[in-house]
Amino acid sequence: MAKGPAPVNLDLRTIAFPVMAVVSILHRISGILLFLAIPLSIYAMHLSLKSAQDFERLGAFLHSLPVRLLAVVLVWSLLHHLFAGIRFLLLDLAIGLSRTQARMTAWLVLAGSLLLLFTFVWAI
Amino acid sequence: MLTSGLKAWVWQRLSAIYLAVFLIWLAAHMWFFPTAGFTGWRAWLAQPVISMAFALFFLSLMVHAWVGVRDVVMDYVHSLVTRVAILTSVLLLLLAMAAWAFLLLAGIDYRTA
Repeated sequence: MAKGPAPVNLDLRTIAFPVMAVVSILHRISGILLFLAIPLSIYAMHLSLKSAQDFERLGAFLHSLPVRLLAVVLVWSLLHHLFAGIRFLLLDLAIGLSRTQARMTAWLVLAGSLLLLFTFVWAI
Repeated sequence: MLTSGLKAWVWQRLSAIYLAVFLIWLAAHMWFFPTAGFTGWRAWLAQPVISMAFALFFLSLMVHAWVGVRDVVMDYVHSLVTRVAILTSVLLLLLAMAAWAFLLLAGIDYRTA
């Protein structure tokens, strides 16, 4: 056996990630994005309750293109975090633990998030 | 310092359940019974049960966000001093956000809404 410490490969570009791993890291990333969105969201709620004029201006602002793009990112973040979170809660209850089940539910999370995201984009 | 992660895990799951139920309910409510403009939105939110549900939402959100951000910081920030500085700032921010949200809800005039 060779002496010395075991070889380490942390080059992410060379690692093939299972879909469950992708769902997991996206769950963390979406969580961070949602956290960063908290102050803006409460401010938006503040404006929506302040006066009819502020309510209308908020509506116009939310419908502007750059804000719509941001909204798409945040809505996806919410959807993915929610669905991946539910998947984690089910795993806590020992539901979906086998590799095939875990893979299937991971794909369901990704597909479900995108599906509802498109529904949101179409509706709004 | 030896602590178990059990309390944080429980709070994260409990807050997650309320957040999930609330958000799904809110989305469904707004889809099927959207509020009508400024007056409709204010009047709806001014109802005590709705206000309470939102208050619990913001409380759960801060608890959930705290556990989540703390997990991320613990994973990536290894300097104790930096970690304490970041976590303290985040904690203050979340408390301030909760206070703001509660003040917003309390400020809706029940008499004129």
